[in-house]
Amino acid sequence: MSQDLDSLYQEIILDHYKHPHHRGLRDPFEAEVHHVNPTCGDEVTLRVHVRDGVVADVSYDAVGCSISQASASVMTDLVIGKSVAEAMSIHEEFLTLMQGRGNVEPDEEVLEDGIAFAGVAKFPARVKCALLSWMAWKDATASAVELVETTEEIR
Amino acid sequence: MSTTQLAGLLPELEVIRKDFPILERVLEGDRPLVYLDSANTSQKPQIVIDTMVDHLERHNANVARAMHQLGAESSEAFEAARDTVAGFLNAPSRDEVIFTKNASEALNLVANTLAWATGDLSIGTGDEVVITEMEHHSNIVPWQLLTQRKGATLRWFGLTDDGHLDLSNIDDLITERTKVVSLTWVSNMLGTINPVAEIARRAHEVGAIVVVDASQAAPQLPVDVVASGADLLAFTGHKVVGPTGIGVLWGRRAVLDQLPPFLGGGEMIETVTMERSTYAGIPHKFEAGTPPIVEAVGLGAALEYLSHIGLDAIHAHEQTITAYALAGLATVPGLSVLGPLDAAQRGGAISFEIDGVHPHDVAQVLDSRGIAVRAGHHCAKPAHARYGVQSSTRMSSYLYTTPAEIDALVEGLEYTRSYFKLS
Repeated sequence: MSQDLDSLYQEIILDHYKHPHHRGLRDPFEAEVHHVNPTCGDEVTLRVHVRDGVVADVSYDAVGCSISQASASVMTDLVIGKSVAEAMSIHEEFLTLMQGRGNVEPDEEVLEDGIAFAGVAKFPARVKCALLSWMAWKDATASAVELVETTEEIR
Repeated sequence: MSTTQLAGLLPELEVIRKDFPILERVLEGDRPLVYLDSANTSQKPQIVIDTMVDHLERHNANVARAMHQLGAESSEAFEAARDTVAGFLNAPSRDEVIFTKNASEALNLVANTLAWATGDLSIGTGDEVVITEMEHHSNIVPWQLLTQRKGATLRWFGLTDDGHLDLSNIDDLITERTKVVSLTWVSNMLGTINPVAEIARRAHEVGAIVVVDASQAAPQLPVDVVASGADLLAFTGHKVVGPTGIGVLWGRRAVLDQLPPFLGGGEMIETVTMERSTYAGIPHKFEAGTPPIVEAVGLGAALEYLSHIGLDAIHAHEQTITAYALAGLATVPGLSVLGPLDAAQRGGAISFEIDGVHPHDVAQVLDSRGIAVRAGHHCAKPAHARYGVQSSTRMSSYLYTTPAEIDALVEGLEYTRSYFKLS
C-alpha cells in the first residue's frame, strides 16, 4: 500500500509542494480568476499575462493540498513562455493523462515534471486537486486572449 | 482486536462490534478497517440490514392505500417505525413525527413553510432569524434563503476561542424582533455540545420559535424533545445506524398545525377538487407522495437497537473514547485540535490540523493504512473561517470504536508526519 502511496506522492511532487515555482500574484496581467474545489475548499487566485500571442506570465495565490499546490507549480513551468496554442495543447495532454484512470502513458517530452502526476490518475478523489490550477489557467487565458484581441481591434 | 480496558467503555464492545459486519472488512494491503468517520455516516448493524431485507422480501407494498394483506403489513411496519421514533424522542404524540428524506430536507421544510406561513408565525421586514457560526451548511443556507426572500434579517451567535457559543451578547441577539432561533445541539466540526434548553428558554421569553438540528446529538445523547425546549427538531437516519434516505422532523403539534403544507401530492390531502384542496392532519400533511418505506422501517430497527444498548451507555462510551483520543492526539507534534479540549463538553467528532501537512494529504496517508477519516471543511465553512482555518481533518467515533483504533490513528498520524519529512 505504501507503494501506491509513493506512486501518488512522487518526489517531484513533494519538491514542488515544498518549493513552489512562480508563486505569488504579479503585474501586469489581463485576466484574473478565482477557482474553488467546493468539496474540499481548496482555492486558487490566478493571473495570466499574454503578450504577442505568448503566455508571458502566470502568477497565483493558492491554498490546498500537496497535489493541488505542486500541480500549480508544474503548470506554470510548462506554460510560461509558450505560445497560447502550444500551452493549450499541453493543457489538453495533461487533462487526458488525469482522466485516463492510470492507463495513459505520459509523454515526458511534452509534460516534463507533469509526468509525476500519472499516479494521481489512479486516485479519482484527487484528480480534481491536480486539475484545479490548470482549469483556472485555461479560464483566465481564454479571457486574456479575448481581451487582447478586443483591445487590438479598437486600436 | 484487543482493547485497553477503560472505565466508561461499553461493557460488551467486542459483541457490539460483531453486530456490524462491515467492521470485519479487510482493505487493500491486508489492512483491517479502522472506521473513524461516523459523524459523516454511521455503519449499520445486521439487525437493520436484515429488517430491511425482510421487509422487501416479504412485506413490500405501498402504504396507506393498498387494500390487501401486504399493504396492511407494510403500513403497519411503517407506522410502527413512527411509534419507535416518537418513543426515542420522548415525543408527546406520534403524530408529531414527520418522515423526511434527511435532516437537510427537514430543516428546509421548516424554513420554506415559515416563508409561506401567515398569522403569528409569518416572517417579514424587520423580523430576525438567529442562528450560530458553528452550523452545518444545511442549517445556514435555508435561513439565508428565507430571510432574503422575506426581507428579514439573519443574525448569529459568534464563537469563543475555545469553541463554545459566545453567549455574552444574547440579550442583543434574541429580542422582540426575533421570530426563529435555529441552532445545532452538537457541532459536527467542533464537537461542542450547546446549552439548547437555556437558549430555548430565552427565545421563548420573546415569543420566538426554536429549531434544533440534532443530527449529531441523536446518535450519542439521550434526546428528550420536551426537556430540550425545542419547538421543532431534525435528525437524520444514517447517522443513528439507520439507512440513508430517511430523516425525521419532530414538531410541537401547535406549531405544525399552524404551518402550511410543504410539498403537494398524494397522501397529504383530505380532499381534492379541480379548484382547490383541503389537507390531511399531521403528520401526513407534510408527507406528500410515497414515502421512503423500507428506510423508515430500517430506521425503526436502528433506534430500537440503540435504545436496547441505552443512550446513556453510548454517551459514556463516546466520552471515554473522546477523552482517550484527545490525550492521544495531544502527543502528536504540531497537532492542534479545533474546539473544546474537555471531553465532558463535547461529542465524538474531533477536528484537527497538523502543521505542514494539508488535511487531504493526512487523510490519504491514513487511508493507505486502512484508517477512514474525513478531510475538508465538513460542510461548516463559516466555523472554519472563524478559526482562520481553510480545512481540517476530522476523526469521529461511535459505539463500536475501540481504544486500539485510536492508537492506530495516532500511529498513522506519526507516520504521516514522517512521510512528509516533518521532524
